[in-house]
Amino acid sequence: MKDIVVTIFLFGGLFFFMVGTLGIIRFPDVFTRSHSAAKCDTLGAILCLSSLVVLEGLNMVSLKIILILVFVWIANPTATHLIAKGEYARQASLEKLNEVKKHEDI
Amino acid sequence: MSKLLTFSILFLSVTIFICMFRAIKGPSAADRLIAVNVIGTKTIVLILIVSFLLNETYFVDVAIVYALISFLSSILIAKFIGNSGGKNI
Repeated sequence: MKDIVVTIFLFGGLFFFMVGTLGIIRFPDVFTRSHSAAKCDTLGAILCLSSLVVLEGLNMVSLKIILILVFVWIANPTATHLIAKGEYARQASLEKLNEVKKHEDI
Repeated sequence: MSKLLTFSILFLSVTIFICMFRAIKGPSAADRLIAVNVIGTKTIVLILIVSFLLNETYFVDVAIVYALISFLSSILIAKFIGNSGGKNI
C-alpha cells in the first residue's frame, strides 16, 4: 500500500517537472515562461517531497523534509513573482527611455 | 523501490540538462534566472532522493542549506534586474 502511494506521488512530481521544463523550452515570452516555472517549482517539488515523507514514515528526517517542503512552498513563488516584477519594471523603463509610441498615436 | 528512485534520479538529470539549454541560450537575463531557479528546485529534490538511496540522513541538512541559498541568490539577481534602469541585459 505504501509503495503504491509513493509511486503515484513520485510519478506525479516527475510529470509536473517534465511539463514545466517543456513550458520553459517552448513558450515565447519571459512571463509565460515564469508561469510554467512556477508550476514546476510548487507542484513538482511538493509531490516528490511528500512521496519521500510517506516513504520515510514519521521521524526527525521526515520533519526536516516537511520543513524544506514548507520553505519551498513559500519561497519559490515569491522568487518567481520578484523575477517577473523586475523584468516588467525593466521593460517599462526601456519603453520610457526610447520613447516608444503606441500604434494608435502615430 | 531502489529501481524507482534510480529512475527518478536519471529522469530529473535529463530535465536539468534540458533546462540548461534555456539557461545558456535565453535572450534576456530574466530567462536565464528563471531556468536557474528551476534547476535549483530540481537539485533539492535530487539531493533528497540520493540521501534515501544511500541511507545517509545528513544529506537532508545539505538540502535545507541549498534551498536557503538558492532563494537568496534568486531574490538578489531579481532586484538587480529591476534596478538596471532599462538597459538591455
